[in-house]
Amino acid sequence: MDHTVTLEINGISVTVPAGATILHAAKSANVKIPTLCYHPDLKAWAACGICVVRNANSPKLLRACCTEVAPGMKITTHDADLVKIRRTVLELILSTHPNDCLQCPRSGRCELQKIAADFGIRENPYEARVEPLPQDTSTPSIVLNPEKCIKCGRCALVCQEMQGVWALEFIGRGEKTRIAPAADCTLAESPCIQCGQCSAHCPVGAIYEKDETAKAWDALKNPDLHCVVQIAPAVRVAIGEAFGLPPGTLMTGETYTALRRLGFKAVFDTNFSADVTIMEEGSEFVQRFVHGKGTLPLITSCCPAWTDYMEKYAADFIENFSSCKSPQQMLSALAKSYYAEKMGLDPKKIFMVSVMPCTAKKYEIGRSENMRSTGQQDTDVVLTTRELGYMLKAAGIDFVNLPKSDPDNILGDYSGAGTIFGVTGGVMEAALRTAYHLVTQEELADVRFEAVRGMVGVKEAVIDIKGTPVRIAVAHQMGNVEQVLKALREDRQAGRKPRYDFVEVMACRGGCISGGGQPLGATDEVRLARTRGIYADDERSTRRCSHQNPYVQQLYTEYLGKPLSKKAHQLLHNHYKPRKVYAK
Amino acid sequence: MSSAKTEAAASQALTPELKAFIAEWKSKPGNLIMVLHQVQEHFGYIPRKVAFEVADLLGVPLARIYGVITFYNFFKLTRPGRNRVQVCMGTACYLRGGEDIILEVEEMLGVGLNTVTPDGEFSIEAVRCLGCCGLAPVMVINGVVYGKVKMESLPGILAQYKKTSQG
Repeated sequence: MDHTVTLEINGISVTVPAGATILHAAKSANVKIPTLCYHPDLKAWAACGICVVRNANSPKLLRACCTEVAPGMKITTHDADLVKIRRTVLELILSTHPNDCLQCPRSGRCELQKIAADFGIRENPYEARVEPLPQDTSTPSIVLNPEKCIKCGRCALVCQEMQGVWALEFIGRGEKTRIAPAADCTLAESPCIQCGQCSAHCPVGAIYEKDETAKAWDALKNPDLHCVVQIAPAVRVAIGEAFGLPPGTLMTGETYTALRRLGFKAVFDTNFSADVTIMEEGSEFVQRFVHGKGTLPLITSCCPAWTDYMEKYAADFIENFSSCKSPQQMLSALAKSYYAEKMGLDPKKIFMVSVMPCTAKKYEIGRSENMRSTGQQDTDVVLTTRELGYMLKAAGIDFVNLPKSDPDNILGDYSGAGTIFGVTGGVMEAALRTAYHLVTQEELADVRFEAVRGMVGVKEAVIDIKGTPVRIAVAHQMGNVEQVLKALREDRQAGRKPRYDFVEVMACRGGCISGGGQPLGATDEVRLARTRGIYADDERSTRRCSHQNPYVQQLYTEYLGKPLSKKAHQLLHNHYKPRKVYAK
Repeated sequence: MSSAKTEAAASQALTPELKAFIAEWKSKPGNLIMVLHQVQEHFGYIPRKVAFEVADLLGVPLARIYGVITFYNFFKLTRPGRNRVQVCMGTACYLRGGEDIILEVEEMLGVGLNTVTPDGEFSIEAVRCLGCCGLAPVMVINGVVYGKVKMESLPGILAQYKKTSQG
């Protein structure tokens, strides 16, 4: 069998693997066929028709995104007729699209705007037919503006196929088609877990993060408030993209400096509280695994989209969930208690902004009473990495050329284990590094756990802790979790010991590095670059394990006592409750 | 509609027969459309609560069900009138004045297309080809076919379905 196919693209002979599409073959001939609905994360489904090409052996036009190559094809990708046809497709899409680009949240980053510019569209022969439709602003995280929708279907496919959530679907038919939740529900009433992957995949301004930069600006200019900020692990390897740097460029020190220039009184790092999370969750694991107190497997709870999914779709696993809050919520709680006490500040006057790669974090800060563990809301505003980018630009900060600086202690320094929370497998790896120490009282010679790394949807491994096997599973991209849950339910039904002891779940593909709030345009290539940035940050750390972080040690000595103490429980842990998949 | 049927329709829940039908079709390909047909046959439309039940029993996401029922004209999301007036708008009927019939019926009942009269008695729908083009223009009321419909015969036909004052 021949596993390659040779064909011609615009007269250039190319040989590509069998099964490749014309689009891929063209790329290997350095020919760029325009696309709009196509996204490399998703199976091509030919919704828009921009990518039509001609094959000399066939009278009909082919869609390059979803047509497989065949031997001897003679493909023409560009000629006067094809360009005219594509132009017509584009003009028809534009005739139903609002013309308010200047006020659009995607202005300058819109794929439709770009393609219209590439085609040199100056006027539209078709009469404008923009259907006025109401926006869905029901969630704290995401805004759905169906007027801007070009019905490419990416969001629905991501929500259904990748995430397994099914909050979005094509509703209606023909001209009246719109993307919406089922049964006349708003997004907040729908199964939506607010992961924001729809917004990260939308080519236009139809689904985007709820912009809360104004709240941050207001707080920063309020002289009565002591504004503090934290940045999540994944922000540092992606924020540079907003300023033209390649994905994965580590910008930790520059980000600290930039945040100080914005006016924050103290700049903290969520990586510090990731280390605290490990102390708590690692101890929780040892409690359950070694001392038999609690249900196994222990399942991680750092990801708010995952906790929401679990409460809706897998409430039978509530007992398995780590009671630990996410690092974001831990840091905010510590800022308004421990830090406030040490600095002699009134916690009511502290305004906590967090910068996250995630839209669901906006939902998390109000998800239950536990998020007010200091007597007021622990986190005041969540900004996505994208929103921080907007703020830095508005503030005229020359981000790329800033000097580096250090975070503010006592909630700033972090270990390598804290930083890898941003990638799939990272929480597991960080927990194993410390669990090893907690169980054996020894330090690991090699802290790397390669088995939990990488882009495989569900990673399974048995980790040896000095003769004791720990069976683990790591799932990322929400749709993949069902495989793990199904296996565990089978074990439960058969009355067997569960096949895993410890499970990590992150809702987004690759982990937080490609969260729904990260700079747009994530593909696996981008994800791998950001992942490399995270591991490089770990490698260069002098301390690789959370329990070695001197500020974490200080926190326990001075304030919390020991992990899982009463005070730790009050500030750093939380509860879950079953929720309906549809609230209405 | 029998009184038992009316009660079931009012309770907006799957009957044991419909549940058995779903169980029978659960593992067969193309089952969703079949099930939705049966549900609509029974209730006259797809009640919201029933759509949730169907989703649960078939193990199909509710979003997919709504994708299907909002895509096909045939499926209704709201309860039709006690008497369903369906006027064919297939090519032959259209050419032979189907549209005029719709306008006339709308005028007589005082409601527009896809709307139910305030007393819940009548609703009007335009439907696709009914397959008896030789009888164009065609109108169907509660499954009874009226062919070669003339404007002047409309009051007489509709009168047969009007509730008598006794009840």
